[in-house]
Amino acid sequence: MHHVVVERWSRRSSPLHARDARAKLGALLAFLVAISTTPPQAARAFVAYSALLAVAIVSARLPFQGLLGRAALVLPLSATFAAVTWWSGDPARAIALAVKSFISGLAALLLVATTPLTQLLNALESLGVPRPLILVVQFLYRYLFVISEQAQHMRLAARCRQGLGLDRRSRFYAAAGALGVLFARSWERADGIYRAMLARGFSGRFSPLAPARFGARDFAFLCAAVAASTAIRLAL
Amino acid sequence: MHIPDGFLGPAVWATLDLVSVPAVGLLARKAQRDLEDRKIPLLGVMGAFVFAAQMINFPVGPGTTGHLVGGTLLAVTLGPAAAAVVMTAILAIQAFVFQDGGIVVLGANVFNMAIASVLAGYLPYRLWAGSGWRSAAIFAGGVLSVLTSACLALAQLLISGVPMPRRLMLVSLGLFLVSGLIEGAVTLAAVRAIERLNPVWIRSPKDSGSRVLGAVAIAAVTLVAGGVLIASAAPDGIWSLVGKLGLTAQTAPWLHAPLADYQVNGLESAWLRKATAGLFGLVLVYVACFLTGKFIARQRSI
Amino acid sequence: MSPVIQVRGLRYRYPDGTQALDGVDFHLDAGECVALFGANGSGKTTFVLHLNGLLDGEGSVEVCGMPVTKDTFVKVRAKVGIVFQDSDEQLFMPTVLEDVAFGPVNLGLSPQKAAERACAALEKVGAAGAIHKAPYHLSSGEKRRVALAGVLVMNPDVLVLDEPTTSLDPPGQRDLVKLLRGLPQAKLLVTHDVEFARALATRAVFFERGRVAGEGTVNEIVQRFSWSRALDE
Repeated sequence: MHHVVVERWSRRSSPLHARDARAKLGALLAFLVAISTTPPQAARAFVAYSALLAVAIVSARLPFQGLLGRAALVLPLSATFAAVTWWSGDPARAIALAVKSFISGLAALLLVATTPLTQLLNALESLGVPRPLILVVQFLYRYLFVISEQAQHMRLAARCRQGLGLDRRSRFYAAAGALGVLFARSWERADGIYRAMLARGFSGRFSPLAPARFGARDFAFLCAAVAASTAIRLAL
Repeated sequence: MHIPDGFLGPAVWATLDLVSVPAVGLLARKAQRDLEDRKIPLLGVMGAFVFAAQMINFPVGPGTTGHLVGGTLLAVTLGPAAAAVVMTAILAIQAFVFQDGGIVVLGANVFNMAIASVLAGYLPYRLWAGSGWRSAAIFAGGVLSVLTSACLALAQLLISGVPMPRRLMLVSLGLFLVSGLIEGAVTLAAVRAIERLNPVWIRSPKDSGSRVLGAVAIAAVTLVAGGVLIASAAPDGIWSLVGKLGLTAQTAPWLHAPLADYQVNGLESAWLRKATAGLFGLVLVYVACFLTGKFIARQRSI
Repeated sequence: MSPVIQVRGLRYRYPDGTQALDGVDFHLDAGECVALFGANGSGKTTFVLHLNGLLDGEGSVEVCGMPVTKDTFVKVRAKVGIVFQDSDEQLFMPTVLEDVAFGPVNLGLSPQKAAERACAALEKVGAAGAIHKAPYHLSSGEKRRVALAGVLVMNPDVLVLDEPTTSLDPPGQRDLVKLLRGLPQAKLLVTHDVEFARALATRAVFFERGRVAGEGTVNEIVQRFSWSRALDE
């Protein structure tokens, strides 16, 4: 799966990787808010935003093409809306729509590509996201690919038997049956996980690993990012 | 539909972020109270299941396949609060890991697909599952969960000024309806398959107290009213849609007046009139879904 | 010296009514390695889940002289470490380090100390290279070793392994045997793999319909219960 690439990227090292996840999150939000509030006509602002992002990508020591390629996945949807907006007689807004969504997607991708998910979740928790939600996301991510693989195997097995010429109705109910089995195995897997947790002394509370320290460099980075985004927004 | 960054105006996403944050916090706390701590891994694993389940293709027409969205199925097996938490986790993963849906607008997507959609999907089940209309209720829930999230997303785009010609909006609404019907059918089939394996996994609606029902009903009404309010920002689209549905010309006079002018005569403020009309429309939609579901359930007759 | 595990008259009935265990007597001495044989459904795994209080049946279960009750669960679970059959269920944290550190953290250690102990345990099982990986990216053999590390890190007196050679290739099985031979803990191996048992166990116990049907050396049990794959006897 292509996200595996992003996960590998997140474990590399670079000045950007080394920054505290909270600083990167704050920088991202400042950037996204600035973009979102920029009027469509401010073409120079969008150029400046792109330049700022390019600097960030360079400091992350990640491949340009790979990043841009993945960020381009948002384009089909924005291109449709952009086309509609263009034909409705507002070309400036159309371009702005496409550019905004692309740059925003690229910035978000950069965050994920330079921050392992565990760090990101820790940062979100320290910023106030409720504990149960963080834990659910953690477990979800852990078992996402395991269960998806199971589903893929079921699909493959079903395809191997498709030549039997079943009618649409039977195939529909076969799919429902497969879904039921996947559900059952998932639920039972959750029971097994809980047993394994108990077996290693779990008595009700999950504890996080040591939270990272927010250093001077992180603070400087955050300030620089917020200042740059704000400056572009106000000046251009 | 997952709204990416850059589409919604700041007023819209800021408001929805502000609404979603405490709502999710409340729901997370409620889920933690209702379920034991052991359920945290279960919620995570069920979230992973929903992701994986979306890979299973359901043939719905010549050459077309549909798949499960999952909000209603989660609500019926885990309860609405837990389902909302799981859907939020799913949306967060989709936004951060898969860049499906924006980050600044995550609050909007959460509101549409984790809160409103789950509540709308659970409401029929909560109201009607006790009687013999369980299958119809599940089907209706599936339809409404998709319709609600799609219409809210559409309304948010409209109010953000994204231009939408009538034809595109009609096509979109048509697609939403089809997706809703698919979700209803797939959810119902899935619930039946799961029940056959272990009936304990499908919650009995009597698990939740009537206070929840009241809260849910109020939430639904608020959503409808809010939806109508927001949609009134694009009156052209709605009225031409109503016109195209033939309600102006062919329907009986007593029906003609309220719906064509989108007002109910005899009530004072314009906003209240629109909201009441919207509510009336929603009731019609509920009844239609419910009757369709009953019809389909009878066809299955297991 | 008293046995590290002493079970007397253990009975357990499933919620649906089936009698899974019907009066089991069992003991395990310090440093001993015992193999548990039996058909699927004979009660082996059910029995094992009683040893650390995951299941609660009638009769007495004592671990290092301590009776297994609700009050002693956490202490018992630090003494009896179970490596489950499904490694994916056992490795439930996002990274290997966090998973192996899970046990010590539950026992009250600080995150730093827990991480140190986790590194040491991973070294011992030869999986130090996997420390920052996500469990999804590990091979079956690596997962098994990491699961074992997650249990060893709690300094248990008893190791219970449920079907440990499942989905391991022959070199992986060989490595596991070498690894287990070097560990001083008492071991209980629930397994269908007779060769594996022969390589490690000095005693074998045969389960049948929830009771101990026989006890002896591995070869004695295999012969007595025809517990082999050979088609021609």
